[in-house]
Amino acid sequence: MDPVILSRLQFAATTIYHFFFVPLTLGLVWVVAGLHTMYHRTGDEKWKRMTKFWGKLFLINFAMGVVTGIVQEFQFGMNWSEYSRYVGDIFGAPLAIEALSAFFLESTFLGIWIFGWDRIPKKLHLASIWLAAIGSNLSALWILIANSFMQHPVGYDPASLEAGRLVLSNFAELIFNRKAWLAFPHTILAGLTTAAFFMFGISAWHLARKQHVEIFKKSFQIAAVLGLVAVCLTGLIGHEQGVEVMETQPMKMAAIEALWQNDLDEPGSPFSVLTIFDGSGKGEVWSLRIPRLLSLISCFDLNCEVLGVEQVQAQYAELYGPGDYIPLMSFVYWGFRIMFYSALLMIGLGGLAILAMLRKRVEKMKLMKWFPLAIFLPYLANTGGWIVTEMGRQPWIVQGLLKTQDAMSPNLSSGMILFTLIGFIAIYAALMVADVYLLVRFAKAGPDATDRGVVGEPVLVEK
Amino acid sequence: MFDLNTLWFILIAVLWIGFFFLEGFDFGVGMLLPFLGKKDEERRAVINAIGPHWDGNEVWLLTAGGATFAAFPNWYATLFSGFYLALFLLLIGLIVRGVAFEFRSKNFEPKWRRFWDGAIFVGSFLPALLLGVAFANLARGVPIDGNMMFTGNLLTLLNPYGLLGGLTSVAVFLLHGAIFLELKLGGGLRERAEAFAKILWVPALVLVVLLAVASFFFTGIASRLEALAYVLPAAALVVLLLAGFFLTRKRIGWAFGMTGLTIVLTLVTFFALLFPRVMISSTDLAFSLDIWNASSSPYTLKLMTIVAAIFVPLILAYQGYTYWVFRKRVSGEKKDLVY
Repeated sequence: MDPVILSRLQFAATTIYHFFFVPLTLGLVWVVAGLHTMYHRTGDEKWKRMTKFWGKLFLINFAMGVVTGIVQEFQFGMNWSEYSRYVGDIFGAPLAIEALSAFFLESTFLGIWIFGWDRIPKKLHLASIWLAAIGSNLSALWILIANSFMQHPVGYDPASLEAGRLVLSNFAELIFNRKAWLAFPHTILAGLTTAAFFMFGISAWHLARKQHVEIFKKSFQIAAVLGLVAVCLTGLIGHEQGVEVMETQPMKMAAIEALWQNDLDEPGSPFSVLTIFDGSGKGEVWSLRIPRLLSLISCFDLNCEVLGVEQVQAQYAELYGPGDYIPLMSFVYWGFRIMFYSALLMIGLGGLAILAMLRKRVEKMKLMKWFPLAIFLPYLANTGGWIVTEMGRQPWIVQGLLKTQDAMSPNLSSGMILFTLIGFIAIYAALMVADVYLLVRFAKAGPDATDRGVVGEPVLVEK
Repeated sequence: MFDLNTLWFILIAVLWIGFFFLEGFDFGVGMLLPFLGKKDEERRAVINAIGPHWDGNEVWLLTAGGATFAAFPNWYATLFSGFYLALFLLLIGLIVRGVAFEFRSKNFEPKWRRFWDGAIFVGSFLPALLLGVAFANLARGVPIDGNMMFTGNLLTLLNPYGLLGGLTSVAVFLLHGAIFLELKLGGGLRERAEAFAKILWVPALVLVVLLAVASFFFTGIASRLEALAYVLPAAALVVLLLAGFFLTRKRIGWAFGMTGLTIVLTLVTFFALLFPRVMISSTDLAFSLDIWNASSSPYTLKLMTIVAAIFVPLILAYQGYTYWVFRKRVSGEKKDLVY
């Protein structure tokens, strides 16, 4: 097998897996910090139990995010050494700054928070969870700055293009890359959405069983409001990102919309409601399209023209020389739709829950027993979103500058990569089983188990 | 001649030294866990001794990696792609270890706990061994061609000198960890840690002596460091001897400082031997990577210097503070072990 394909599969597998845990960390940490603050202010035990309950689930998830994150930092060098050499002068900086400014903050203060209950001054204990929240979210900013360079390289010295190694010339341009400042709020809000629907589903599970109602009704209400607001804002920023992608990565936009050839004689561009791809993932078997709708969505103008894949391909062939510049469209198209439709569902669910809250009918909701399934929605959306971002950029690893096929470590054989790919998948699968097992047990056991910190222990004395 | 390249070489050396000093004892604690803690609460107490710290300690490794990427991209690229399978195993170790700390106490089943305790052991042993093997090989030189590409494989690294380096780091970390536990634990556990430390001191000393002697045969230490080639390893040995002395006198804080200093001096020797090269080519010395041909541009180095000047003091301050906050001994009483 082609080592580049294997390396890409490994990167995709380890990164998608890592990002199962990251958004929940990013979002839930704020929720836990908020709950802890409520407890600090009111002294009400209810808030403490909520802090501990959601905090426990947060920590189980956090551990997985941390350990899978180490792989992320290593694998640029391990599998993509030529990429690392080519962009190291630029790409290494945000990664190092992430470690210096964010990882230390997050891990150190989370350690204090975990072990600090009843041992350290209460204000310091509260401050530690806020600092951990700032740390984890700051790390998202730096890694998105790094990723945005791959999507839209800025801040490099044009003279270094010839030397075969990019050199940073303007740090401000690098960190104020417009892509990053759209991707950052999008990601943070997606994290809050993930946390909200995680809480939403688990709270609904308990409410449907009429247990621990005081704690979970409150959690459910917080989750519904936070979820609806966050998912709507994520979408709004997503729209801005779409407009930006049309300018800087027209091929990605064309692939998202499965738009092959935009007929320039007809005004406006059609929106694909459903496209069925052929086996190559780059050709169409059948599609249903609404004329001009894409123009309306993209630029609020029925007549604006969005370029099709073949038109961008022709442009790129002229610009970069002959070659295939079309990404695997089926993944990009469906990745986007999974994200988009999941978001619509979340908006609907959040709206329903808020309506029930306003009518004071939360406990009577018949749908409650189905709501736990909503937990899957943000995960689908998060994964779909990254598939669009990363696969939509192909064949480039750095848009317009370096192709993925030229970025791999030349010393690796297919056998070596296959070995590690299988190794990662096996370990990750086993850990996923353990992680979900623990999360489910703690989530179902409710606040009593998290008060003790353990599940399955025979209760001898209840304090 | 002192330039930013040199400064970054030193900074990366400091990051590695910090990592080995800190994670050294918590790797040691992890390896000792199944042997030291006989009962479940005892094992929990052993873990809690490093509980608030291990994750912060591990960030030193991430930062060393990130700093290498930013300051010396070619070093990062050649090292990480070259030591591919070794790093894969290291990652697997760190992954199961980190998860195990979080997962092991979350379920009451004895089988569950035994499994994760085993994972903590393996996940501490494997990285300790592999990092020792990796560093010994860096000192010895590895096959690198004219394009900065590593041309060996995993077996290239598993040579006698490399393995000696691995065993030495395992032994020194075990001792360092046992002494740390003697500092942090109370009651019977503390006595057991003391007994372990006294036994573990012997193999640590033997291996450090062996490694020092072997270095004269397998690396260019004598010609490159001249007088320092004898002074630095001798100093590392002296402080290790002192550690043993303080152990018998029950001056545990001092003993811990001395094993820490052994680690520091061993790594100082290593980085001094390397400097100004960062990866020595055994194929042809001319193919070696050094702090100039592997480095980032002056602009990036300057930028990163400013960043480091801001954050490193901050990190040292608040990470040091956590050790002060949790300075009390872990009592081993059940009420204190729940978190």
